Parts: sequence; C-alpha cells; structure tokens
Amino acid sequence: MVTFTLNGTETSFDGDPDTPLLWVIRDAARLTGTKYGCGIAQCGACTVHVDGSTRRSCVTPVSTLEGSSVTTIEGVEGTEAEAVQAAWRAIDVPQCGYCQSGQIMSAISLLQFTPNPSDDDIDGAMAGNICRCATYQRIRQAIHDAAKTMEG
Amino acid sequence: MRNKIRAGLLAALIFAPAIAISSMGNAQDRAPEAPAPSTPALPPVDEADEKSLKSVADFDAIADQTERSIAIFQETGKVLLHPRCVNCHPAGDRPLQGMDMHLHQPPVRRGDANFGEPGMMCNTCHGPANVPVVAQSENIQSIPGNPNWHLAPIEMAWQGRSLGDICRQIKDEDRNGGKTLAELVDHMANDDLVGWGWHPGKGREPVPGTQKQFGELYKAWAATGAHCPDS
Repeated sequence: MVTFTLNGTETSFDGDPDTPLLWVIRDAARLTGTKYGCGIAQCGACTVHVDGSTRRSCVTPVSTLEGSSVTTIEGVEGTEAEAVQAAWRAIDVPQCGYCQSGQIMSAISLLQFTPNPSDDDIDGAMAGNICRCATYQRIRQAIHDAAKTMEG
Repeated sequence: MRNKIRAGLLAALIFAPAIAISSMGNAQDRAPEAPAPSTPALPPVDEADEKSLKSVADFDAIADQTERSIAIFQETGKVLLHPRCVNCHPAGDRPLQGMDMHLHQPPVRRGDANFGEPGMMCNTCHGPANVPVVAQSENIQSIPGNPNWHLAPIEMAWQGRSLGDICRQIKDEDRNGGKTLAELVDHMANDDLVGWGWHPGKGREPVPGTQKQFGELYKAWAATGAHCPDS
C-alpha cells in the first residue's frame, strides 16, 4: 500500500508497487489529462509535478511516492498556472494537443523557478517535451507572454 | 536475312566485351579499390581481462614501489575510463549515454548545480533506483537511477583525458571536491553513486570487477605513494 497526495487529496494505491505513476493517475484515479507517449522518458507527454518539480510519470514506480505530493494537469494551480493557461489560450498554442498537458506542466515549473525566462532558459526546461505538430514557436511565445503577465 | 542476323550477332559479340571493359573502367574511376587492411597498431584486447579487475596481490611481483603504484592505478583505469563512469564526467555541459558515449537524449544540460535546469532536472527522469521498462524499446531496457544521481562538476571532467591526467586530477583537492587521499579512497570504495557503475540496470554493461576490489586497489595505490602514470 502506497499513500500519497494527488491534487491535494490523500490517495492510496494497493496494486503492484512497480506500477508506473502514469497508470495510477489514468486508470486508478481516472485523470486522463496526463498522456502516455513513449513509456521511456523520451517525450515528456506524461509530465506531472512531484513535490514541486517536474517528473515523467511513465518511469516513476508508484512505490517511490510514499508521502509525496503529486500534481497533474487537472489539479495544477497558482499564479504561474493561471498565466500559462491564459497565454496558451490567447494564441491557440495546441494543434492536435496530445503533448500539451506535458508541455504546460514543464512550462509552469520553469516559471515557478525562473519567472522571466530567456529563450535559453526555455530551451533548458522544454527540450525534453516533444511536439509532433511542432508547435514549439507558439510554446516559446506563450511562455514569454505568461512571464509578462506575471510581472504586472 | 540470315546474313544480317549473323552480322548483328557478330557485332554484339565484338562490342559487348568492349562495353563491359569500358564500364569497369568507369566504375574503377568512381570507386577506387579499397587498400588492403593494415596491421592493427594496438595489441589484441583480452576481453575477459577487460571485464575483470586484478587483485592487489597480482601486483606483488613488481618490486619497485613506484612502478607497482602506477600499475595498480592503471588497473583501476579499466573502471575510470569505462563509459559508465565517463558518461557522467563529460568535458562539456551535456551528459553522455551508452557504450558509444553519445550525447544524452533528451538533451538535458548541466545547470548551475550539476543537476539539470529548472523544468528539466536530473530527477525529472532519474529516480532513486534503476527502473526496468518493458516492451517499449529494444535499446532502452531500464532507466538508471540513484538517490544522488547528478553530473560530476566540470572540474572533475574526465572525457578525452589520459589516465595519467585523470590520476593527477583526482589527487588534486582543487579538482576533486576537496578530498584528502584517504577521503578519495573511501569515496571510491564506498560511495553509492560510484557503486552504481557495477549495478547499472538492465541493458547496460557494468564496469569491470566489483566495487570492493576497486576500493582495495585504491587503498593499495594510496599505500604505495599514489603515483600516476605519465599518460
């Protein structure tokens, strides 16, 4: 039995301790905003926050999360999350959208640590989130836009 | 009619070899024959020897203490120069991966604390232990992990350096994290992240020998004066 906080609610999981967090989130908790992409931490589609930092849920055994705080796209909140959501909507960042919850979780984490990121900071944070529609330019623009709204 | 056919066949017989010779000539111009392989410059590698570590006693026959110290250090070089170790001691700001030591994918960067950059830290993907991944990729059978997973600081870069240079570097307290020789020996013998090299997870070749043997070699190296090879 593993007990952790999922989007602010205490959650227990008594299945196979090797189960990746991704499947606990999607299949057990029925929160399907977090996506399966590659299963080997190469694409970033499954990104969530664990104890305030980005984490690829597809390679995170649930057994490692005892006492941790997990946040998914459904539960993320705060100044950075609101700014990112507004910026993403304003310029219609997604195309097919499949990778975008992972992109957004990485972007929020970046802004939490670096409120006014340079292009280089954005590259450092986002290079592990792949977008098959190649919306990278809009992602970059939206992160800059979100940072500007946070200043004001 | 019959004569015309005969003349045609005759012409074909005469010209066909000429065309063949002509095309061979062109082919040779485009792709010159490869030179005969030269004799390898390096001595043949004993693969079994490369995958194990000799014991300290194996060096007892070397009477000169300095030479013995150098020989012991050279034995530890099988571990130090192994990609499992060098991949996280890169000369640049990106870790390496695999036995071919290619740049790490995804393209993570060192960051201020040798732990990645905000939004993509080492622990975004690397947990406290190796994690097997099943049926996703033939090439990636596990994601490596350790509670202390991080990149060696740039002053501890080994990539592209000779074993002698690495030897002088790891003795230098300005470039080894301020460790005394005794602390260095303890680090090699007991550090958990160093020890990962012998337990790198499914799909990765471990470094030769055991950490216990490696630690014993370091103790013996220190006890014989911690001498370094020239190169």
